[in-house]
Amino acid sequence: MRNLARLTLALLAFPVAAQADRLVTLDIQNHTFTPSSFEVPAGERFRIQLTSHDESVDEFESYDMKFEKIIVPGNTVTVFAGPLHPGTYTFFDDYHPDQAKGTVTAIAAKE
Amino acid sequence: MLACLLIVFREVLEAGIVVGIVMAATQGLARRGLFIGGGIAAGVLGAGLLALFTGAITQALQGFGQEIFNAAILIVAVFMLGWHNLWMATHGRELAAQLRSAGNAVLRGEKSLWALAVVITVAVLREGSEIVLFLYGIAASTHTDPLTMLAGGVLGIFAGAALSWLLYRGLIAVSLKRLFSITAWMIALLAAGMAGRAAAILAGIDLIPAWGYQLWDTSWLVSDASLTGRALQALVGYTDRPLGVQLVAWVVTLLLLVTGSRLLHSRSTSHGATP
Repeated sequence: MRNLARLTLALLAFPVAAQADRLVTLDIQNHTFTPSSFEVPAGERFRIQLTSHDESVDEFESYDMKFEKIIVPGNTVTVFAGPLHPGTYTFFDDYHPDQAKGTVTAIAAKE
Repeated sequence: MLACLLIVFREVLEAGIVVGIVMAATQGLARRGLFIGGGIAAGVLGAGLLALFTGAITQALQGFGQEIFNAAILIVAVFMLGWHNLWMATHGRELAAQLRSAGNAVLRGEKSLWALAVVITVAVLREGSEIVLFLYGIAASTHTDPLTMLAGGVLGIFAGAALSWLLYRGLIAVSLKRLFSITAWMIALLAAGMAGRAAAILAGIDLIPAWGYQLWDTSWLVSDASLTGRALQALVGYTDRPLGVQLVAWVVTLLLLVTGSRLLHSRSTSHGATP
């Protein structure tokens, strides 16, 4: 019961979820991402907006960044990612995993 | 073809794990075949429909319809699994006794079966719509050889189903006395995993607070990308980098189901045989 009270408090202490101001725009065509790699600052939440110019359905997915979203031809979807520790993270199209691949590099802020 | 086989295999296995556990847990319930078969059929049908409307669902609810839909059906499944476990806590003993003596289906458990049929439908629906979209994409594609890839997909379905069948056979091979306590645990873990997954999806679109991203990282040990990782995710809700809220949902669901079953079980046994 005390834990429950603590939980409720924790929930109230978070007026809004983490802000995600940064938006990265990607396109997928012929099962290839453009750009196929980009950089973001580490420790920040961000959004990726993907527009499909493919003829078939794709699934925009990342095990590293924990998102998974189906995108039909001509559509645009948005996913949230981060905050990331510095390092390189991969994303792919789960329906064409050999062709459509990309990476995000999280850069530590300079002191 | 191999890539195609693997993709479909993975999805079928995830749904198959749920079906296998439910089948083991309903051992001995009259007319369970009807409910399980019906659940699978409804799931397949729903998967086709869902695939058809994916574009519309994605655009709904400010572009996050897919996530909210997935989380919602997972939460429904959690409640249904919970309902079943609590029902079993009060009826499991007599069921096991009747099974041992009669050796066939005897007890009517229609209410519980309805709940589990919904769980199966949800599991098949979720994974099935991805398979439908994937195979549809292959069929529509002009670049690759559709026939060999389609063959891969069909093989994937069979391989996934076969492995799920083995899980089921393995489960019912244990003694009847222990079967229901084992499946009760597996169902509780299944529900906890689904609750965690739903929480992660909702936190993933910033709808609920995450209470910390990446509590730990065990991707060096079992990665979410590996087949083991995927199987563990379906079985117990494993993830290599959990969110805080995901862990909380997992623990709370598991605790509620385990303590709830204990309470009901001790009450039903202290009152002697239930009418």
